[in-house]
Amino acid sequence: MNKIREQHSTDGKERLLKLSGLEPLIVTPESNFINVGERTNVAGSKKFLRLIKEEKFEEALEVARHQVEGGAQIIDINMDDGLIDGKEAMVRFLNLIVAEPDIARVPIMIDSSKWDIIEAGLQVVQGKCVVNSISLKEGEAAFIEQAKLIKRYGAAVIVMAFDEVGQADNYERRLEISKRSYDILVNQVNFAPEDIIFDLNIFPVATGMDEHKRNAIDFIEATRWVRQNLPHCSVSGGVSNVSFSFRGNNPVREAMHSVFLYHAIKAGMNIGIVNPTMLEVYDDIPKDLLERVEDVILNRREDATERLLDFAETVVGKAKENKVDLSWREESLQDRITRALVKGIDQYIEIDTEEARQSVDKPIEVIEGHLMTGMNVVGDLFGSGKMFLPQVVKSARVMKKAVAYLLPYIEEEKKKNPKSQDAKGAGKILMATVKGDVHDIGKNIVSVVLACNNYEIVDLGVMVPPEKIINVAKEERVDIIGLSGLITPSLDEMVFLAKEMERQNFKVPLMIGGATTSKAHTAVKIDTQYSNAVVHVNDASRAVTVVGDLLKKESAGSYVREIKLDYESFRNKFLKRSKQKEYLSIQAARENKFQIDWNNFKPTAPSTLGVQTIEEQDLQKLLPFIDWTPFFRSWDLHGKYPAILKDEVVGKQASELFKDAQKMLSTVIKEKQLKAKAVFGLFSANTINEDDIEIDHGKFVFRSLRQQLKKKAGVPNFALSDFIAPKTSERQDYMGCFCVTTGFGTAELAAAYEAELDDYSSIMIKALADRLAEAFAEYLHKEVRTKHWAYVADENLSNDQLIDEVYKGIRPAPGYPACPDHLEKKTIWELLQVEEKIGVQLTESLAMWPAASVSGYYFAHPEARYFGLGKIQLDQVSDFAKRKGISEKEAAKWLAPNIVD
Amino acid sequence: MKKIQEILEERVLILDGAMGTMLQRYKFTEADFRGERFKDWKHPLQGNNDLLSLTQPQAIAEVHRKYFEAGADIVETNTFSGTTIAMADYHMQELVYELNYESARIAKEVAKEFTEKEPQKPRFIAGSIGPTNKTASMSPDVNDPGFRAISFDELRLAYKEQVEALLDGGCDLLLVETIFDTLNAKAALFAIEEVKEERAIEVPIMVSGTITDASGRTLSGQTAEAFLISISHIPILSVGFNCALGASQLVPHLEVLSARTEAAVSAHPNAGLPNAFGEYDETPEQMASQIKEYLEKGLVNIVGGCCGTTPEHIRAITDLAKQYDPRSFALNS
Repeated sequence: MNKIREQHSTDGKERLLKLSGLEPLIVTPESNFINVGERTNVAGSKKFLRLIKEEKFEEALEVARHQVEGGAQIIDINMDDGLIDGKEAMVRFLNLIVAEPDIARVPIMIDSSKWDIIEAGLQVVQGKCVVNSISLKEGEAAFIEQAKLIKRYGAAVIVMAFDEVGQADNYERRLEISKRSYDILVNQVNFAPEDIIFDLNIFPVATGMDEHKRNAIDFIEATRWVRQNLPHCSVSGGVSNVSFSFRGNNPVREAMHSVFLYHAIKAGMNIGIVNPTMLEVYDDIPKDLLERVEDVILNRREDATERLLDFAETVVGKAKENKVDLSWREESLQDRITRALVKGIDQYIEIDTEEARQSVDKPIEVIEGHLMTGMNVVGDLFGSGKMFLPQVVKSARVMKKAVAYLLPYIEEEKKKNPKSQDAKGAGKILMATVKGDVHDIGKNIVSVVLACNNYEIVDLGVMVPPEKIINVAKEERVDIIGLSGLITPSLDEMVFLAKEMERQNFKVPLMIGGATTSKAHTAVKIDTQYSNAVVHVNDASRAVTVVGDLLKKESAGSYVREIKLDYESFRNKFLKRSKQKEYLSIQAARENKFQIDWNNFKPTAPSTLGVQTIEEQDLQKLLPFIDWTPFFRSWDLHGKYPAILKDEVVGKQASELFKDAQKMLSTVIKEKQLKAKAVFGLFSANTINEDDIEIDHGKFVFRSLRQQLKKKAGVPNFALSDFIAPKTSERQDYMGCFCVTTGFGTAELAAAYEAELDDYSSIMIKALADRLAEAFAEYLHKEVRTKHWAYVADENLSNDQLIDEVYKGIRPAPGYPACPDHLEKKTIWELLQVEEKIGVQLTESLAMWPAASVSGYYFAHPEARYFGLGKIQLDQVSDFAKRKGISEKEAAKWLAPNIVD
Repeated sequence: MKKIQEILEERVLILDGAMGTMLQRYKFTEADFRGERFKDWKHPLQGNNDLLSLTQPQAIAEVHRKYFEAGADIVETNTFSGTTIAMADYHMQELVYELNYESARIAKEVAKEFTEKEPQKPRFIAGSIGPTNKTASMSPDVNDPGFRAISFDELRLAYKEQVEALLDGGCDLLLVETIFDTLNAKAALFAIEEVKEERAIEVPIMVSGTITDASGRTLSGQTAEAFLISISHIPILSVGFNCALGASQLVPHLEVLSARTEAAVSAHPNAGLPNAFGEYDETPEQMASQIKEYLEKGLVNIVGGCCGTTPEHIRAITDLAKQYDPRSFALNS
């Protein structure tokens, strides 16, 4: 849904609607639409009315609980019914709610047309509520009196567009009444404008009466006017009214609700009462229906109503469950199984597998026959680019379920007939993330895709020591070993493993993959250590062909020779190229450092120095900061978000994947399945000895590395230390560092999904946790820039601008191009006490655990920029070792990927 | 005399320490509590510290004096339990006006003494408004979670009487403190607003909540930020936390307030957590060393002590606070 950009007041002070239950709810311009739960309303829910009438308050509480669990951010409570004592029922129900922490955590909307019920409600709730509603209906005096009391009770208020004359039913009247109400509240009652919420009356459209034609568009336009002309207030409304004339035709009503919301939210409606089960996804509305509904809502043509009515008759009767086309269930058994695998539908797979099992002699034949036939179709479609990775992973889920169903029968068959052969797979592949590394999304995807192609996968997980890889490879007699890693020290682990395999006379091919690996590194460093095939594979679709070629008995030998030759020529070209570059001595590089005029720069002192911890970050707040593009990349879908959703080739898959991601994300947030924590600190800092940064007057020192590649005249050789004032300048400067994580809980969730044979969800949760961690880093950086350090007073950047890093100051991370040495992480860990404070650990290779974590530095100088260190020479390595007090050998080991060959 | 709002911009103000801890040193007997006036009262009176303002006024004045001497800018009146609701335990509802009025008068007199001596450091008195011994949003009966032992209106009327007497007695500020149920505090704030309107006066209000334990929430279940939002509807001089925790345990919660409020921030923690004997045994030096973190981080504008703190603690805090700038904040009144 679209975000609403509230205008900021001229004095720059934020005036946000802030509500509270046991926990705060702050409505920011970035908040998506705030959804008010409406089931605890006797006027809106027959069930709730019955429960209250029968005094079944315990059950009524369940209704409230269910709403909060379902994502309602505020709950509306209304007891206005002729047959109940509204005041007594309101007080009793609120008192019970307050005793239920999982309900009372959200703010309450006290809803009544009777002032005495509202006031009774306000007297029993400790948090900041919303009163629903008051209006000028009874004149100014009563309006002012009630507003004054609401203010004194400490609540926000919904103001109905209603006055002495009647309810506002056109654009002008809505403006007139809201303007008048606003002026009275703000100027006479001194009511905080951010605590005012206008209900501009949502009335039905398509009633057949001409005067109702503009009901929706007038509301939308009035909303836009109110948000632009009455500063700081909000706009709300009850959405289901708009579709009143289509009662009984839910598909049309659902479409109308989402179209209405889509446009109203764009105009600035930021709060509303919506039944989430009566809402269609805007993009999923069939085009013909969408067009007709939009004609009605936006009053785009004279005959809009008639056209929608005609069309509605064709939609009517298709109840929701019938929307799924089940005609394929009539087809032949093999077609059904193939379709289930291709479409990733696991609903009927056990029934079909059972039918298949009864049709063959041995259960194993189902796998070799029916299922493999289906999977071959999947493989062909994938190979020809007609299926995409997320779909294949879903297919694998169905396959796994079918196999799991057959396993007991296969075991039984073995007991009966011990000589019968095991299923002969296409080959056995060992997969492992190497010692010290924790990243496994890519590896898991490759495993799943290979498994889909009938390869047996022996997955050893993450942080696997080399001796274990060697031993398992021998015991299981695997046909290929696949190694994965994301951080630079993993490269050395792979080299070590190749050497060890050579020493132990291994013959099986080695596959290398993962974010830091490259064809260059594989060719130069690994291929030379192992006389058998070493292949660099960085995407899942290529993995299938490569493995196929490596294991095809007839042609494997020639394929391996080809690979070896290819890597050799690649290596030679690469080495030649790198020799042409010229490097400076570290001395000369320092003389050419990046110059900042410190005399004319006054560093901003952070408002708070020292270390701060965020014990539990609200994930919801991170959502706007998510950069989705890498998410799609991790699933081999390439393109920039959001354009990728409309991409001709992968758009449909990307949208589906995105929908699944959103669904999981909302569960994660709702059920708090992931825990986000952060620790960060801001410290006094000065550069000493050119390349070192002294923290807190020498308590800690960060060592930076300097570019040594010879540059064009006028282009400096950067080091991060250039961005901090040198001690000799006698300017007190500052820097910060941080570690954020959203990874606590990921491993457990992934394991639970795997136990359910659901690799798709297992990979998804990890990919989402990674995105959240990056979003958290982005969010925290913003908080630091604008609040904790506050070196920029007010920045108003869109998420795209954040992703494009247009802000002032940088947050480079050890292990990334500007500072590729992971060693400095140890200093960050000591300085911030990261492990003690938030539990994020460093592995022996200095990878962070949980994997969904980000750490780095903060530099505030406006000229600070990201750069790549590039290659450095041995003189800097030995200087670095001296400065750090470690042996040259150790320094060389950690900096290896950056040392000139 | 300078307004307190102005002084808050210049330096960290010091609030006094515990009254109860100091009164224990006098080892008053039942007879001392009764004095001449209440010698025939039908109910036991020992432990009714508020009553000492009537029966041992010189002791109350002496405690205030010691805190001013130690460096306090603000002392709290001896009225923590000065409502009809809390006084019902002693059947002394009728005396509530007098108790509050006298307590304020005694404190005001001592404050005047000091202000005259040191006009450059004016002394203030804050009318202490405690939480009462009943809660408006929790049930005392586990079997009946919907039951309430007290209503908003009962609390509002009781607080109103206390507020009127405190103002008549000469209070410069009102301090709604030790808030473990935000609804009680909202009733007190409602009453104060009523009195302000009726008398057409402004009076600076300090609000101080209590985070009861490591859960980081008030007894009634609110987080620090939810608490802040719930009491931010009327103009306040300061918001803060007191009691239940020691100085260092309060830091994260003060950080929340400090980051989110435009008002001043106050803290008057206990002298650590109680030891095995229920005594607070943190020394002035130990406590001051923890308060130092507030000051270094610029979290507070007003700092003092609650249970277990003494003039020695306040002196140590005063000496320390002098060396730091106050937290900067935007005055809204």
